Amino acid sequence: MKRLVINKIVLALSTLSAVLGLAFLAWILITLFVKGLSSFHLSLFVNDLINNGLRNLIIGQFILAGMASIIGIPLGMVAGIYIREYGRGRYANIIRNLSDIMMSAPSIVIGAFVYALVVVPTGHTSGFAGSIALAIMMIPIVISTTDSMLSLVPQELREAGIALGASKYKVIFDIVIKSAKVGIMTGILLAFARIVGETAPLLFTSQTSNYFTLDLTQAFPSLSVSIYDLASDVQTSSRDLAWAASFILTVMVLVINLTGKFITRNKK
Amino acid sequence: MTLMSIKKFSFTYPGADEPSLKNITLPIEKNKITALIGPSGCGKSTLLRSMNRIHDLYPGNKYDGKIELFNETSKKYENILDIKKENEFIELRQKVGMIFQKPTPFPMSIFDNVAYGLKIAGIKNKSELQDRVENALKGSALWKEVHDRLGKSAMGLSGGQQQRLCIARAVAVKPELLLFDEPTSALDPISTGAIEELLVELKKDITIAIVTHNMQQASRISDYTAFMYLGDLVEYDKTENIFLNPKEKQTEDYITGRFG
Repeated sequence: MKRLVINKIVLALSTLSAVLGLAFLAWILITLFVKGLSSFHLSLFVNDLINNGLRNLIIGQFILAGMASIIGIPLGMVAGIYIREYGRGRYANIIRNLSDIMMSAPSIVIGAFVYALVVVPTGHTSGFAGSIALAIMMIPIVISTTDSMLSLVPQELREAGIALGASKYKVIFDIVIKSAKVGIMTGILLAFARIVGETAPLLFTSQTSNYFTLDLTQAFPSLSVSIYDLASDVQTSSRDLAWAASFILTVMVLVINLTGKFITRNKK
Repeated sequence: MTLMSIKKFSFTYPGADEPSLKNITLPIEKNKITALIGPSGCGKSTLLRSMNRIHDLYPGNKYDGKIELFNETSKKYENILDIKKENEFIELRQKVGMIFQKPTPFPMSIFDNVAYGLKIAGIKNKSELQDRVENALKGSALWKEVHDRLGKSAMGLSGGQQQRLCIARAVAVKPELLLFDEPTSALDPISTGAIEELLVELKKDITIAIVTHNMQQASRISDYTAFMYLGDLVEYDKTENIFLNPKEKQTEDYITGRFG
């Protein structure tokens, strides 16, 4: 009898917590959709911010995240391969721990670091600085994904490759990575989704720009930093634009995340 | 004739105080099947894994004694424990292949699986690759089942078919010795029967060493049997002698099921 009562209480409490958590999430999303959609207009995709559009910001955000991926994905993957396949004992563990610590480093600190490292010496903010900051955020995520996905590949598969006379790197590149391909790709996609919406690392590295540009040596347009600027603007029209931008950014991140989930599910 | 001669061989895993194999002396006869039997932890897999030095994937192992492999070109026995260079390891593993407990198909097509070792060995000629893949699959009794889907992924095969594919892959590079580490323990009786028949067929061309938990299997297919216990080789003889007239009491106790 007593156990049944406790069971019911625990069930009720956990259901309540779950509903509460989801309610806040729904609240955020609904507010975002209502406010965002009311200021949403297709012309936002055609005009740049200087003409009250978001085109340059969306393109800029993707270029920043894309550049970060070009730097971060290879570095992270190679490091992940090293600690899982080549690293032995202490060294591999030190790198693994450092990477885990880096993953939880506050993003504003990474922004400040790149500010000191790139922005101060060059004298001005730039798209490159922003990309580097995002890449630093991305690297530990890619390391950790690569590491854990490679660890799921059965050891026998490596031994089978070696037993056929393949060298270690052949086994890693022909067999092990191929087996872990889907997992690694999904992880990279989620890492991309993680950095594509970041604000803090860009705030004082790339800043943002009202104009369309592809010149990464100058301040670079970014959706997230502009949302920050627009949301604190006195004009109502700017704040409406911030809602629309937030809506678009959220949908982008959501779509990338769902694609990642979809790939994993299809594979299983 | 003896293809591989293991002499006073001891093996210690990294970090272990005691050797896992102690002073083993054992011949592996050419074109015969040698079965290694014994209870879990007796070192039979450790011994098998020393024969192509797959242990060396992990650092810190200690080898003592000799494992000599007959070299067909120089007509001399060469100690494989002396091998240090990567290319010598590759050469050794092309001569001494291995099949594992669980099937290990690579994530590629059936054709590419069988061709993998051949490509590693430097065979690039397409028609030669095709011939050797076909022959290996025929030799592994898999050709009829897969000849119309060679381009399909090997992951779609059944467990028994996957294991025969792994055998085909190992056979394709024409090894002198094939090591089987409990190759049928993850398979159903019908697939097991198919693989046992295959092993007996293969020994015309290839020498076989097999670790098995299944004593009926050892008595059915092997020519020689080695009984091991706690890192020692207790008895080695022709299979019928081991099973009908074992000299050692421990062997008799084990094969009659009194322990193990």
